[in-house]
Amino acid sequence: MSVAKPLPHDAARLHVTGAARYVDDTPTPRGTLHLAFGLSQVAKGRITSLDLAPVRSSPGVVAVLTAEDLPFDNDVSPSNHDEPLLSDGTVNYIGQPLFLVLASSHRAARVAARKAVIGYAEETPLLTLDQALAADSRFEDGPRIYEKGDAAAAIAAAPRVVEGTFDLGGQEHFYLEGQAALALPQEDGGMLVNSSTQHPTEIQHKVAEAIGLPMHAVRVETRRMGGGFGGKESQGNALAVACALAARHTGLPCKMRYDRDDDMVITGKRHAFRISYRAGFDADGRLLGLEFTHLVNCGWAQDLSLPVADRAMLHSDNAYAIPAIRIESHRLKTNLQSATAYRGFGGPQGMVGIERVMDHIAHDLDLDPVELRRRNYYAAPGTATGDNTTPYGMEVSDFELHEMTAQLLQSADYAARRAEITAWNERHARLKRGLAFSPVKFGISFTLTHLNQAGALVHVYQDGSVHLNHGGTEMGQGLFQKVAQVAASRFGIPLEKVKITATDTAKVPNTSATAASSGSDLNGMAVMAACDTIRARMADHLARLHQLTPAEVIFDGGSVRIGATVEISFDEAAKLCYEGRISLSSTGFYKTPKLEWDRIKGQGRPFFYFAYGAALTEVVVDRLTGENRILRADILHDAGASLNPALDIGQVEGGYVQGAGWLTTEELVWDDKGALRTHAPSTYKIPACSDRPDVFNVALYDGQNREETIYRSKAVGEPPFMLGISAWLALSDAVASFGTTYPALNAPATAEEIWHAARRVSDGV
Amino acid sequence: MTITFHLNGEEVTLEGADPSATLLDWLREERGLCGTKEGCNEGDCGACTVMVTDGRGAKPLNACILFLPQLNGKSVRTVEGAAGPDGSLHPVQRAMIDHHGSQCGFCTPGFVMSMVTAHKEGARDFDDRLAGNLCRCTGYAPIIRAAEAAADEPVPSWIAAEAAAKAAPLENMPNSSDALATLYAANPEATLVAGATDVGLWVTKGLRDLGQMIFLDACEDLKQIDISDETVRIGAMVDMNRMRATLAPLHPSYGEMIRRYASQQVRAAATVGGNIANGSPIGDNPPALIALGSTLHLRRGDTRRDLPLEDFFIDYGKQDRQPGEFVEAVSFPRQPDALRVYKLSKRFDQDISAVLGAFNIRVENGVVHSARIAFGGMAGVPKRASQVEAALLGQPWTPATITLAQGAFGQDFTPMSDMRASDAYRLDCARNMLLRYFADLAGEPVSVLEVSQ
Repeated sequence: MSVAKPLPHDAARLHVTGAARYVDDTPTPRGTLHLAFGLSQVAKGRITSLDLAPVRSSPGVVAVLTAEDLPFDNDVSPSNHDEPLLSDGTVNYIGQPLFLVLASSHRAARVAARKAVIGYAEETPLLTLDQALAADSRFEDGPRIYEKGDAAAAIAAAPRVVEGTFDLGGQEHFYLEGQAALALPQEDGGMLVNSSTQHPTEIQHKVAEAIGLPMHAVRVETRRMGGGFGGKESQGNALAVACALAARHTGLPCKMRYDRDDDMVITGKRHAFRISYRAGFDADGRLLGLEFTHLVNCGWAQDLSLPVADRAMLHSDNAYAIPAIRIESHRLKTNLQSATAYRGFGGPQGMVGIERVMDHIAHDLDLDPVELRRRNYYAAPGTATGDNTTPYGMEVSDFELHEMTAQLLQSADYAARRAEITAWNERHARLKRGLAFSPVKFGISFTLTHLNQAGALVHVYQDGSVHLNHGGTEMGQGLFQKVAQVAASRFGIPLEKVKITATDTAKVPNTSATAASSGSDLNGMAVMAACDTIRARMADHLARLHQLTPAEVIFDGGSVRIGATVEISFDEAAKLCYEGRISLSSTGFYKTPKLEWDRIKGQGRPFFYFAYGAALTEVVVDRLTGENRILRADILHDAGASLNPALDIGQVEGGYVQGAGWLTTEELVWDDKGALRTHAPSTYKIPACSDRPDVFNVALYDGQNREETIYRSKAVGEPPFMLGISAWLALSDAVASFGTTYPALNAPATAEEIWHAARRVSDGV
Repeated sequence: MTITFHLNGEEVTLEGADPSATLLDWLREERGLCGTKEGCNEGDCGACTVMVTDGRGAKPLNACILFLPQLNGKSVRTVEGAAGPDGSLHPVQRAMIDHHGSQCGFCTPGFVMSMVTAHKEGARDFDDRLAGNLCRCTGYAPIIRAAEAAADEPVPSWIAAEAAAKAAPLENMPNSSDALATLYAANPEATLVAGATDVGLWVTKGLRDLGQMIFLDACEDLKQIDISDETVRIGAMVDMNRMRATLAPLHPSYGEMIRRYASQQVRAAATVGGNIANGSPIGDNPPALIALGSTLHLRRGDTRRDLPLEDFFIDYGKQDRQPGEFVEAVSFPRQPDALRVYKLSKRFDQDISAVLGAFNIRVENGVVHSARIAFGGMAGVPKRASQVEAALLGQPWTPATITLAQGAFGQDFTPMSDMRASDAYRLDCARNMLLRYFADLAGEPVSVLEVSQ
């Protein structure tokens, strides 16, 4: 059976030979136009004059469109209808698209787009959380509050209390392939759109609205993305809609891709948070009461900010049973890029909050931070003696971390290394090493319950080859391979017989974004359902031919055994069924069971299950400059019964490094006008090759999902990202060695932040 | 202008090409070879890496900031040419598949070409060879495993056989410094293009029209390195990888700084002359060269003049260079090694310095005999720390002297705050670098890069 095998990515050979096609690699018809946006240079105000004559006369320009030229809806928002494709006269951030240039080449469009002469009536922008809070500039009427018990009373009665506030920066996705779309106008006014998107149905929906046609007139195809990480859940809308509008306007194919700097200036990033906490606990470190306040920098438009901020609240417990907790979340509206989905979708921010609290308490009590965490863990399945529910009232019934923690500490030699590092630090005044552990418990399911559905379309051809399609998109995570492994396993055939095809809204409709780590859970099940429908029809027919029951027809090893004596190849079986006039095509559908969630009350079961992980990271820091690096990371991650251990380990290694990058070198800097100063890889530093841990031990936990998921596997896209929190905590541990004061690190902990913290700790302030 | 080069083993001749067209755009838009990707269009991500072979061998280069005339007489191999003519995969391609080195695949062609080039040279320092290739998916671990797995495989025949192409000279590409001097003196408004790691961005990001361009790559005499008993003289067109190889034995700390200077691809293109001539306050060579007591050699027509390197940098964006004058070489005296170069940046590899401090202090009989200290990132120009030097001169080489001299930094520098670092951080780290230098000369471990688990 092909599931559980460590097979390479299905497109690996295409990747390494350069043959894998991305949107911008697709051969385009003669006459294809290239688009670029003209961008706002001020963060807030009104446009008082817009002289586009120099743009129109720039070489190669075919047309220039403004909001007034748009025939239907001027909106690319995925949620609240508050995001015009082209400015309606007001500007809300530096980088907002104001007009659209159609030109004969990508460069001609870019050159022209800079030539507009624009007058603005500037207003004072809201750039910081403090400014937005003072102006009561927010989404939703007031803060969202989730509560369990009486946190304030519990803290008041607690023997000890720690409190603090820290800033947690955003993060640029830095998918290597920038946003891109291509629209090919069809003979009847319809549109074929090739988009680098995690959400083809949303592209279809927004394009249909923009060109005033039903969704059936728009077909969206996505073969692969060069990385997504959440950044292509909604941020591709503008390009696809622009291409469709331009194609409708000219009758010509239109392509748009953002130059890297434009991409970083225009598109949204991970939400920056400021988190305040007050925690009451006993002398043994057991949490008694906890209050969090989240200030969330959502940027100028709503986009996906509400569910992102919700998910941060939902991960404010992480792995810990907290008797009384209150989480207050303010979704603040500012004149910056509209923050959007990013791997973890708020979960990482919430989790950093509680891990910070744990770190602070351990420091306060001078207690081993791992021991502290274990004391506060949820109960293992079957061992709960009292309340074992989350702050939102969900029973934690699959808690794997007791065993995982024990295994990791042993394999990573925690106790001995802790002692060795302490001794080393005593011998070194300016360089200090640090070691830290952090667990992950991440909720799996879209919190908007209706999104937890998926469809698939499977054909078996008369030669026994299988054509596979489903609603998920491939962005590098290996979803297509995993799902193909499922299909091959259901039919008992070699993987090579299954043809993986591009995601296509004309094949599977009404899909959800490939997001929330849900890709293989949802689409794997939908494909299984489709395959099983076909297989049952085949078994039924073959059984009838031999006067047997369908249960006596077994699909395995590329063959079909019919009863005890007959064995034919799957190809022959397909041919027999075709000749027997059996339908060899089926859709499949899946919806996640057991979900019930009220996001206003903050009560229910938003998640089908939890995925777990545990990480131990060692770092070294330099007090003089704050320079630091990761020496070693040991990880044990729970992918359930892995569908493909090689791909899952790839997600864990990559997720960890991306998570550590978020909390260390990846610093977004805006100037006091609201202009993003870190808008290219020259200034925004994602981890490079040597930034991965020198020693990097990654293993999958030998377990299986306690819920009935596809082959008892678990989602693995987002959870490992949060393993990187251990790197941030290790830096805190190292800095703490410079004195007695708690380091109180902000994030990202750049060298400069470490330098600041080391000074605070050394000076004892 | 007729540009001739080899592309994946076949000769290509381009007539009347735009000299500011990049190889990347030409490959993707004209040639229809879309395996080479555009990730950033500024030489920082490596997705467009190709292997370029000339008389000095093979090197990886970023196609996004490589102008077509720079290829004249060379051979280019793109990812489409990594596999053999019969389709058999290069060992690094095979290893990348077997070790799960690709996820989204978009950075992969660039990685493959960096790896193909490193493999051809028998390199094993993969972290350095791949520092210029960003991957957002894998965390790099499987890519390194692939590189290690392929390292012992033989170089495939089609890669081993790659050699430079034959081509006629180009009129805007002089083949000696004499020819350059004549051409440039007659066309002082022209843009000189050395490695194009800076000028390339004027085109791809600034969207500028460069007008007349003069390409320096054929000036072999500007690529000379002369090391005598007294002097080290480095031609302006010496690239940073050769610079590293030259400096590392003489001044290991300088060599180590160049290891972190940009990436293998950028170092293979960037020249020491360009790094000086562009006058950037954050170029990493000038402070180190100033600390070594370098002399800059300028030429205009037949007129040559020399000046102390620090005097070349007059003010931000302003250098002591006349129209039609160009950097011919830089030289510094041979000396016992006391040079330490400290590069401070957000990321260790391939990052522009927030502060670069270069210290060259000679202590005789426990007393500071001479001190040359220069910084990048601390002022509008690469600048000497004259007050700090003065505070050290003649003083005993002791912690007390260091503390005293640290107080002088504020007189030398008033750094700015920007996206790389704040003014306070810059100033304090500059001060601390003197402390680090003292510990460094005493043989103590001073960098987190020296610590291993």
